[in-house]
Amino acid sequence: MTAVEHRPANPAATSADRPIGFGRIQRKEDPRFVRGKGRYVDDIVLPGMLHGAILRSPVAHARLVSVDTTEALAHPKVHAVITGRDLEGLNLAWAPTLSADVQAVLATDKVRFQGQEVAFVVAEDRYAARDALELIDVEYEELPPVIDARRALDPGAPVIRDDLAGRTDNHVFDWEAGDAAETDAVFAAAEVVVAQEVVYPRVHPAPMETCGALADYDPVDGTLTLYETTQAPHAHRTLFAMVAGIPEHKIRVISPDIGGGFGNKVGIYPGYILAVVGSIVTGRPVKWMEDRSENLMSTSFARDYIMRGEIAATREGRILAVRTHVLADHGAFNATAQPTKYPAGFFSIFTGSYDLQAAHCAVTGVYTNKAPGGVAYACSFRVTEAVYLVERMVDVLAAELGMDPAELRLRNFIRPEQFPYRNKTGWEYDSGDYEPAMRKALEMAGYDELRREQAEKRARGELMGIGVSFFTETVGAGPRKHMDILGLGMNDGAEVRVHPTGKAVVRLSVQTQGQGHETTFAQILAEELGIPPEDIDVVHGDTDRTPFGLGTYGSRSTPVSGGAVALAARKVRDKARAIAAAMLETRPEDLEWEKGRWYVQGDPSAGRTIAEIALGAHGTVALPEGVDGNLDAEVTYDPPNLTFPFGAYVCVVDVDRGTGKVRVRRFVAVDDCGTRINPMIIEGQVHGGLADGVGMALMEFIGFDEQGNCLGGSFMDYLIPTAMEVPDWETGHTVTPSPHHPIGAKGIGESATVGSPPAVVNAVVDALAPLGVRHMDMPCTPARVWAAMQGRATPPI
Amino acid sequence: MQVTMTVNGAEVTRDVEPRLLLVHFLRDTLGLTGTHWGCDTSNCGTCVVLVDGVPVKSCTALAAMTSGHEVRTVEGLADGAALDPVQQGFMEEHGLQCGFCTPGMMLTARALLDRNPDPDEAEIREAISGQICRCTGYATIVRAVRWAAAHPATEEVRA
Repeated sequence: MTAVEHRPANPAATSADRPIGFGRIQRKEDPRFVRGKGRYVDDIVLPGMLHGAILRSPVAHARLVSVDTTEALAHPKVHAVITGRDLEGLNLAWAPTLSADVQAVLATDKVRFQGQEVAFVVAEDRYAARDALELIDVEYEELPPVIDARRALDPGAPVIRDDLAGRTDNHVFDWEAGDAAETDAVFAAAEVVVAQEVVYPRVHPAPMETCGALADYDPVDGTLTLYETTQAPHAHRTLFAMVAGIPEHKIRVISPDIGGGFGNKVGIYPGYILAVVGSIVTGRPVKWMEDRSENLMSTSFARDYIMRGEIAATREGRILAVRTHVLADHGAFNATAQPTKYPAGFFSIFTGSYDLQAAHCAVTGVYTNKAPGGVAYACSFRVTEAVYLVERMVDVLAAELGMDPAELRLRNFIRPEQFPYRNKTGWEYDSGDYEPAMRKALEMAGYDELRREQAEKRARGELMGIGVSFFTETVGAGPRKHMDILGLGMNDGAEVRVHPTGKAVVRLSVQTQGQGHETTFAQILAEELGIPPEDIDVVHGDTDRTPFGLGTYGSRSTPVSGGAVALAARKVRDKARAIAAAMLETRPEDLEWEKGRWYVQGDPSAGRTIAEIALGAHGTVALPEGVDGNLDAEVTYDPPNLTFPFGAYVCVVDVDRGTGKVRVRRFVAVDDCGTRINPMIIEGQVHGGLADGVGMALMEFIGFDEQGNCLGGSFMDYLIPTAMEVPDWETGHTVTPSPHHPIGAKGIGESATVGSPPAVVNAVVDALAPLGVRHMDMPCTPARVWAAMQGRATPPI
Repeated sequence: MQVTMTVNGAEVTRDVEPRLLLVHFLRDTLGLTGTHWGCDTSNCGTCVVLVDGVPVKSCTALAAMTSGHEVRTVEGLADGAALDPVQQGFMEEHGLQCGFCTPGMMLTARALLDRNPDPDEAEIREAISGQICRCTGYATIVRAVRWAAAHPATEEVRA
């Protein structure tokens, strides 16, 4: 096997062998986790703490006639029951969403999806709070629901958002990118045009830790301390100040250890606001933790894009243009977390990794009676949907032309000399070298041998499939001239302090949910200043202790905050140079840097280490003019462009002819995320994303029946891969640094989640090709595969 | 009602509601928050603890059911400062990311190694198949357990 990540021969390497900077080191955060000493929101207990629970709608669409809380209030352990009417009195019944819509905190007029929040109970303990939910009597007058997005704009469809003035339909937005006329002209003249409807179904990030909050409002000094499962503590604090009217300097948001996020913990959910209201009403700390069904049924789902794609090409396999129309199901409230100017996220990178003459996409967003959300699950702001569409379509074209899908991709890649490459929808790809990555993946997979094996198996009637995908992401939002969320620019800060003894602290605005920030950000600082990672404390997840920034999602931590840390470190280095010059009684320009030390040109023995300089800065050294007595720096980084990681994936599946069950036999992933900070952590990020991809392709599905009952509301029904459903991953890499990023890094957190679903589905369709199958929609469950094999209609799951 | 059990080697007695789940007894009553809760349906396994050495999902057991038994949680894996080889293996092989499923995974791994000191990949995958990890894709967890199998002695880990 062409090998995988390099790992050192001696796992018990001493500290002297470990890299000071980039390279494989163990994670600094691990010791507390393996001892069970992680500190998640639900682990935090405050004196006098009460527990909240939410009563949710059992129906998808209904007028709220009455909510009777009398019996619940009489429960001896209940301290408060809050309804939508109560919140109306506080002007808190509705809250702004991250897409400038509003969302009901507690329903007042109607319920608009199954699982919507109706009432909030605060009680002595979590069991009593649940008991009291049973005592609330709600009368609903049911209304016909809109479940199928394709019917949402039908004349006469029930209007879901009659709370919005003048609203007469379920239309949310129309948005387009690219040149429609130019694209249509290329299509009209093309030798070959293929079209396919491709559905990316509704799925859910389902982090192992559900969402929750612990609110502690102090009525005396008016301060709110809010422990939250949030990927964006600073953005939450600002929005809480705007929503709740609590002055921002009186709010402290603490995001402690987070048990996985994947975009599920970006938005502000009603439960968070209710915990705050509960604490204000009772004068005591109130904790709310949702259960798994609440998480799956009410918090931010992902995808739900119905895409009609078309590709124009020559008979020889030159891809000329791509166009698509998308119907985007946003649920009952438009609550997606994405940059303001991008209602379909970064979907317009659906042009993929190919050099096209034209491209056009149009996206229509609609309301339905389903939970709100859409941008989550490691999607890089809809790049997931874009990559899935184009990579599925390229395979449809390959089938039409009778060409090998790997060869078709190789013929159409953007060439290395074309970078920076401006695509037909306006993105400027920063760097790329696609062919070597593709060839490496094919070589690792033994592609030609696999095709030979497949031919033999097909001759025997066995169903083996080989799927290829190649993706380009656009991540690291983003440049403030283009990107904001509710007016907040998407920049992030970092503060570096080198203490007098040469140890350091770096404070971040981004928030890890398992990505290993405490290690990788220490490594960035170590690389820049030569301070060992173990001597660097990484502080994050607390608005009182960190600089402002928009948080971690869309693979933006390394591209944005990583840039901030590197630049802050360089400021420290420059300052150290001036102070070292004073200490050595020479001029700064006469000093040379080696990692961790300034020394005199031509006299390497005359130098000062960072630790010596730090002590000098804080000591009695006569400082040069304009230099103050510390080794501190801070930077808010505004990236000049996004970054464009890419990769090539090959998936091998076997399909059981008797049952339709798909087994993923092998998965080869070659990723290029530019400069590599910690190969071990990169590999881990890729592995996790590959499991996501296999899950979405084969198992995961949030479906609904015609009444709007959620069919994926527990882990009994929402199926996630276990160790039995995924293979041992085969990973490799190429390195094409970003030319504009301070350390050349591009981000890796979502690459595999984005790139792997098309590889799996392409493999399944390839396996079924002898039966005449050209396409099937995810999830490729045994029932669906079986139906496809028989040429029957696709069953719901 | 009163329950008495041994938790991580120490006997504890508490008055609890009969309906109290073991996971909440450990977390809320005893303050052992290393055991996590992740679903209501016995699917995810973040709540796995060892009862008399056998992995049990503590969200699906009542505290009353374990009265008189021996419970071991993640807090009882290390021997003082010395980590269990499984704990060391998870750090060596990057078997954890967010850390939420990790306690349950490690306890299942410990139970597996206690009955099969040298499990192969398929045996490890089967052993952890009742548990979900959203971060790692499982391969590094398998490697972590293999690392522990290859370094069985605590003394070796210390050195």
